[in-house]
Amino acid sequence: MSENQDFMTALTIRLEDELFAVEASRVREILDLVPITEVPSARAFVGGLINVRGRVVPLADLRVMFGMERPEPDEDTRIVVMEVDIDGEPTIAGILADKVHDVTDIEAASIEEAPKVGMRWRPEFVKGIGKRNGGFIIIPDMERIFETPGGRSASVAAPEERAAS
Amino acid sequence: MNISDPTETFRQEARELLDQLEAGLLDLEQDPSNDDLINSTFRALHTIKGSGAMFGFTAVAEFVHEFETAFDRVRKGQSKANTALIGVALDAKDHIHLLIENPDAPVDGGTEILVQLRAIVDGAAVGGHEEAAPAPVAAPAPAPVVAEAPKPADTGAKRWRLTFYLPSDALVYGTNPELLLKELAGIGPTDVLALTDRIPDLDIIDPEVSYLGWQVDIEVADDPTAAIDDVFLFLRDNMELTLAPLGGEAVAPVVEAPAPVIEVAVAAPSDDAMPEAPFVPEAPVAKAAPAKKAKAAEKAEAEKPAATSLRVPAERLDELMDRVGELVIAQARLSQIANSSSDTALKTIAEELERLSSGLRDTTMGIRMVPIGTIFSRFRRLVHDLSGELGKQIEFITTGEETELDKTVIERLADPLVHLIRNSVDHGLESAEKRVAAGKSPKGTVRLSAVYSGAEVAISVTDDGAGLNHERIRAKAEENGLITADAKLTEQELNHLIFAPGFSTAKEVTALSGRGVGMDVVKRTIDGLRGTIDVSTTPGKGSVFTLRLPLTLAIIDGMLIRVGDGRYTIPLAAVEECVELPVGLEASAKGRNFLDIRGSLVPYLRLREVFGLKGQGDEHEKVVIVSSGEGRVGLVVDQIIGNNQTVIKQLSKLHSGIKSFSGATILGDGTVALILDTAHLVASGQSYVERNLGRAA
Repeated sequence: MSENQDFMTALTIRLEDELFAVEASRVREILDLVPITEVPSARAFVGGLINVRGRVVPLADLRVMFGMERPEPDEDTRIVVMEVDIDGEPTIAGILADKVHDVTDIEAASIEEAPKVGMRWRPEFVKGIGKRNGGFIIIPDMERIFETPGGRSASVAAPEERAAS
Repeated sequence: MNISDPTETFRQEARELLDQLEAGLLDLEQDPSNDDLINSTFRALHTIKGSGAMFGFTAVAEFVHEFETAFDRVRKGQSKANTALIGVALDAKDHIHLLIENPDAPVDGGTEILVQLRAIVDGAAVGGHEEAAPAPVAAPAPAPVVAEAPKPADTGAKRWRLTFYLPSDALVYGTNPELLLKELAGIGPTDVLALTDRIPDLDIIDPEVSYLGWQVDIEVADDPTAAIDDVFLFLRDNMELTLAPLGGEAVAPVVEAPAPVIEVAVAAPSDDAMPEAPFVPEAPVAKAAPAKKAKAAEKAEAEKPAATSLRVPAERLDELMDRVGELVIAQARLSQIANSSSDTALKTIAEELERLSSGLRDTTMGIRMVPIGTIFSRFRRLVHDLSGELGKQIEFITTGEETELDKTVIERLADPLVHLIRNSVDHGLESAEKRVAAGKSPKGTVRLSAVYSGAEVAISVTDDGAGLNHERIRAKAEENGLITADAKLTEQELNHLIFAPGFSTAKEVTALSGRGVGMDVVKRTIDGLRGTIDVSTTPGKGSVFTLRLPLTLAIIDGMLIRVGDGRYTIPLAAVEECVELPVGLEASAKGRNFLDIRGSLVPYLRLREVFGLKGQGDEHEKVVIVSSGEGRVGLVVDQIIGNNQTVIKQLSKLHSGIKSFSGATILGDGTVALILDTAHLVASGQSYVERNLGRAA
């Protein structure tokens, strides 16, 4: 979402009752629910592995990071397979979505920085908030969310740069 | 890498030849009068020269030519292969390496090396390199060989008659007789006469066989033996050649063997699987008989590597491995369907396919396996150089060269091993005086060995030096803030401090080691290969660094087990046996989890607890006994499902921190199963033993 672009092409997904937008260019495919292998002693956020066309791919549940309820999957549940940077390393990961909506353009002008206070979730995981049809769309900071606990210290130092990029 | 780039091909070939050359030189140092070594070294040089010139590496060709000229005197027995010569020759080899890697950059020092080399072979300055160095004379033009060749009795004769028949397969291998004749003309003015006596009838002529002979009269002042020798260097083993001064008595034949010169041309056709070759001259057969066998054997040996090895880009092998991996997964699915079906035909074909795919898997893996000896030889040079630089006498012993590891693993092992060996030589071994004072032989020993150990290969670097200095490690670690002054550490923990980043105990920074980089890099590299590094030390006796590496990074045989609802794979090579967990053992053991396996106590871990799963285990739990290195541990599982071929997939960074698993795999039904890291589980089992036995004592 650089500033010289007028809009961000995003895939919108629903988690609980909030709309989230992820960069469409990073999305590889959208899958129906597949068998999930639980990884003992892994963080709840990345507690599973799935098979995506012969690749073993970690499955992440953003709802954990946003402190949401985690109801059982239903017929709307999908897995968005996308490329994320984990401590600077491009990795394929799956993301659980309660529902996948559509691909849409979000005007850059409408995106605002996340307010530091007054949000239900941790502000550092939110890159910005966009507006569409009078509703809000949360743009999560995937890099930040996918940081491994050990790799965190490196990027905490540069939140300003991150916000500018 | 573009394989069709001829320069790159030359470079690759030259690198291998240089390795060969280096190995030959180092062997020669041990055994200076071994003619085979001298000859193979010479051949390596000659090939580099030839192909260097062919690919436009003129600087290389010129330098090697001079090198070769000097070395030729050794080959002719006019000079001895002593330590000084080997030293300079190794420098020369390094110089060639530079020239090959940077064909366009000017590389200095070549002339000096050649001057030294010549001085040594001339026997004028055997004392050392330095004396010869201050005279950087421009390298004289080629051909000193001719000038210095031994002169026959008295050469009044100015004309020489050379008669030769090429080996019958010469044309097949691309020899162009015209070029040879031109080269001969370069020696002196020639009169050439073709000898057609051996050309058979037209209907049995094989166009690929060389039937012609040539009689060449050369006009030259000196004995042309050596020069002619050079022209036919690659052919003369199998060719007929005589040289005599015209009008005078015959001089010794060019071919060094005292055997009759007319010989193997007869043997060649049959050796080369060309039985249809029509040319069978009668006369020479009898004469050739004694020499024939030996030559044929030599020839077979020379041709062997060419016939049995093939250069393939590594990417293609990787691709093949991926395909085989996919095939194995598909086969596992088929097997699963077949097993739940009653169709015997389907079952038969599924079994057949299983057998085939596991065979294919092993073969493919075998292609990637390389004996570790390929890198061991590199370290001989390293130790040789270190020995000189540090003034320490070192005996370097390698064992287990034939142990095979995945090529990628071997490549990535080279640097860590260099670090470890340097470390052993520089820090481990004491100076000769100290060794004598400590009652040891002044000559230190560094031993590099590789051995199979379960599903792993253990590589160890052992020295008989002073051992790790625990006090100094401690002091240094405190100084660097790695530990606090009152930290209580076991010996093992102290030893492991040397792998911490930025740690170095060397008091002085030497050029070789002690810059604080190294050991942590070693550890990181080994971790990256899913291996482990360990060090043990005995003060005054020496240290042992042991690397344990998985045999392969791609596919293994696995044992599928179930714990709770989850299925997991244990590398089969680590499995020793499976037993039933005796019912009621818990109660009688008073909380101490040991099994009595034929008299020895084996600790066991409940995977259910290790994984933090809720609920009770099955009524009849099984124990899988796995081993790693010395240790054994029992893993309590709910069910043993069976064997499967396991294509190892790496875990992403999100899960790589979880020590119990070394990777994941995809099962026949498409679900993912985690692979247990047996080395880690055994280690935690061992620490469990130590804790409990300590408490009991």
